[in-house]
Amino acid sequence: MRLLRQPGFVLSLIVLAVVATAIVAPSLLATHDPFASVPKERLLPPSAEHFFGTDNLGRDVYSRVVHGAALSIVSAALAVLVGVVVGGLVGLTSGFLGGPVDFAVMRVVDVLVAIPGILLALIVVASLGFGPISIGLGVGLGAAGSFARVMRSQVIKVRGAEYVEAARTLGARMPAVIFRHVLPNAARPVIAFAALELGTAILGVSALTFLGFGAPPPAPEWGALSSAGRDFIAAQPWLSIIPGLVILVVVLAVNRVARAIGGER
Amino acid sequence: MSEALLTVEGLRVEYSTRGRWSEVVHGISFDVQPGKVVALVGESGSGKSTVSQALIRRLPENGRITAGAIRFAGNDLVKLPERALRKLRGAQIGFVPQDPGSSLNPLMRVGEQIAETLRIHKRMPRATASARAIEILDEVGIPQPALRATQYPHELSGGLRQRALIGIAWACGPQFVIADEPTSALDVTVQRHVLDQLDDLVEQHGTAVLLITHDLAVAADRADEIIVMYRGEIVERGVTADVLNAPTHEYTRRLVAAAPGLREGRLAPQVRESRSDEGALFSTFRERAAAARTDADSILDVRGISKSYGVRGGSFLAAEDVSFAVPRGRTLSIVGESGSGKTTSARIAARLVQPDAGTILLDGEDITRAGGEALRQLRRRMQVVYQNPFGSLDPRMTVERIVAEPLRSFRIGDRRSQAALVRELLERVQLSPDLAVRRPGELSGGQRQRVAIARALALGPDLMILDEPVSALDVAVQEQILQLLVDLQAEFRLSYLFISHDLGVVRQISDRIVVMQKGRVVESGEAADVLERPSNDYTRELIDAIPGRIATAD
Repeated sequence: MRLLRQPGFVLSLIVLAVVATAIVAPSLLATHDPFASVPKERLLPPSAEHFFGTDNLGRDVYSRVVHGAALSIVSAALAVLVGVVVGGLVGLTSGFLGGPVDFAVMRVVDVLVAIPGILLALIVVASLGFGPISIGLGVGLGAAGSFARVMRSQVIKVRGAEYVEAARTLGARMPAVIFRHVLPNAARPVIAFAALELGTAILGVSALTFLGFGAPPPAPEWGALSSAGRDFIAAQPWLSIIPGLVILVVVLAVNRVARAIGGER
Repeated sequence: MSEALLTVEGLRVEYSTRGRWSEVVHGISFDVQPGKVVALVGESGSGKSTVSQALIRRLPENGRITAGAIRFAGNDLVKLPERALRKLRGAQIGFVPQDPGSSLNPLMRVGEQIAETLRIHKRMPRATASARAIEILDEVGIPQPALRATQYPHELSGGLRQRALIGIAWACGPQFVIADEPTSALDVTVQRHVLDQLDDLVEQHGTAVLLITHDLAVAADRADEIIVMYRGEIVERGVTADVLNAPTHEYTRRLVAAAPGLREGRLAPQVRESRSDEGALFSTFRERAAAARTDADSILDVRGISKSYGVRGGSFLAAEDVSFAVPRGRTLSIVGESGSGKTTSARIAARLVQPDAGTILLDGEDITRAGGEALRQLRRRMQVVYQNPFGSLDPRMTVERIVAEPLRSFRIGDRRSQAALVRELLERVQLSPDLAVRRPGELSGGQRQRVAIARALALGPDLMILDEPVSALDVAVQEQILQLLVDLQAEFRLSYLFISHDLGVVRQISDRIVVMQKGRVVESGEAADVLERPSNDYTRELIDAIPGRIATAD
């Protein structure tokens, strides 16, 4: 594999492996109890004992970031899943049927894409209530429009392929044509786009939790951690900056790997 | 013998695939005399295109020259520095590429592209170059050259684009031009005009040409000398007439036999030893024979079909009052150039396109309006084989799944009997059963077309609609596929509706011929009558365009 000779890609894989561990088994990585506050150790700077320092209640920020991975990433993954399923179905139907249905559906999608994703997500979260699930749904619906467009363009391309027409002349029924030929051949770019979209979703989820729409405290979501440090930004800047950097690094790593999935070297 | 213009000595070329180098051209030597046309003939994979690329050191990135010398105008092109070589390319060595579709810059006007060559190599001022570009377009026989010069490549037809490329190759008055399959992507009649143009330029300018082609008939018409390549080696070379009349190498003999323009008449089925009819395949066909309902002479009867398509500012009549009938167990061919309506008519007959008017009868039954399940059931009796075996097979499926798909669609047999039938079908189209696990991407064009034929046979159809089934294939492979079709026809009493632009191919397989031009039928009749006593000028033009006519007329 030529990719494995690229340090950026290898680093990205390592970052994602660490994040995956943090989601599945946070206790392997965490050094402290993320919820235990030690009043004597408030607002300590990063050290060998507390890698990312401690917050105003004396909790270990590093361990909170580790435990927060599950909340933040799972919300983002849910968002992508919603985007793929909803957007994919809309794009598949629209692209396959074509004609007036396609026209009408795509105009609705245009409107959806025109609304900023974060605003759309806010509307969903405001009407469904706060929490990681509704954040995932909100961010996912915000991305669904783009997924619909990608899926539709792929389906239109594949639908015109000779082997799809050949399948019809061989007596295949419509669902067989869709599931045996159109969907598998249209899926790859959509999957690559989904991987790329995961990074964006992490940012969206973090933004919403930063604004306080996520799980109620003391849940250690990454956006919320960064937000909690705002009050101490002058004296203890690391409280905000380190969770922010974690988000940045993870998003960059996801993007690098996603580009590889998309066939880029 | 005069001094050779180009001398190639012991040229070896290697390609690397997945890090391993393998030699594809094994030390070949030849020379080209000034003002002569030398044809380099061979099938795909013979290394002929590699040689043409190596001559101007334009090999793909994974290719390299490992040994040999290429002497041209006192230089060894193998050792010449890139900068010096760049001056030779375009100025003294012209190159006509294979694919006119992708060889012109789509964002640049045609005239500018010719002028660019002149400005680079001849340092011509802009205005002079533009004026000269129009003259060149005129010289290569492009009508309205001043207008065409201002157009973009997509506004020109394939034939015109190829002429423009020929114009670019000759723009700087080169001594030597390499033409790599210059007409393989073109219709037969267009091919003839383009090749005539090439001949004229050779005559006027005394240019030497290396003509790369897979079609021996083209070489026979145009070349002074023929070099035959096979698996990276030259197996035969000599003056054209000698090579054609007295081929010494076994492979050349096969090529001469395969060239459609160099032979006469319909292929006869080569009856193989009759097999026991225990096979699953036979039961499918036996069922069909029992179900045959009428004794109508024609299996397919198409009456007065018309179809028009809306285009910008009006409508375009793709087919107008077209009628033909496919005789049972025999072959009807529709011949015509692109845009003649032959494919539209076939697609209407296959019920893939709905006609505006007319009737289609299959076995005496009106199927013009059949839809839904009735249409689906029709597919068991009527199958289509497409032109492009690269597009008609799902790239993600294995050969086994592809061939079994119609069986699955109609729930014929269980998994095991389907697998057995697939093996039998592959054997019938002369493919090794080992190929069943491969995907289309790992097969050659001829193998893919065999897979497509096996798939069409799976349901035991009465009628096969073959839309240019061999035009994407090499001549030698064409011949094999045509022979296979003829054999299968004899074995299973199949009826064929065969579509082609190439009368040379059509005469090898047809019993009846319909000639179409601009959406209308201009001539139809028994194959021998149409070919020997054409009553229409357009038919005569098509017959004259068959490559190999000039050579065999001698």
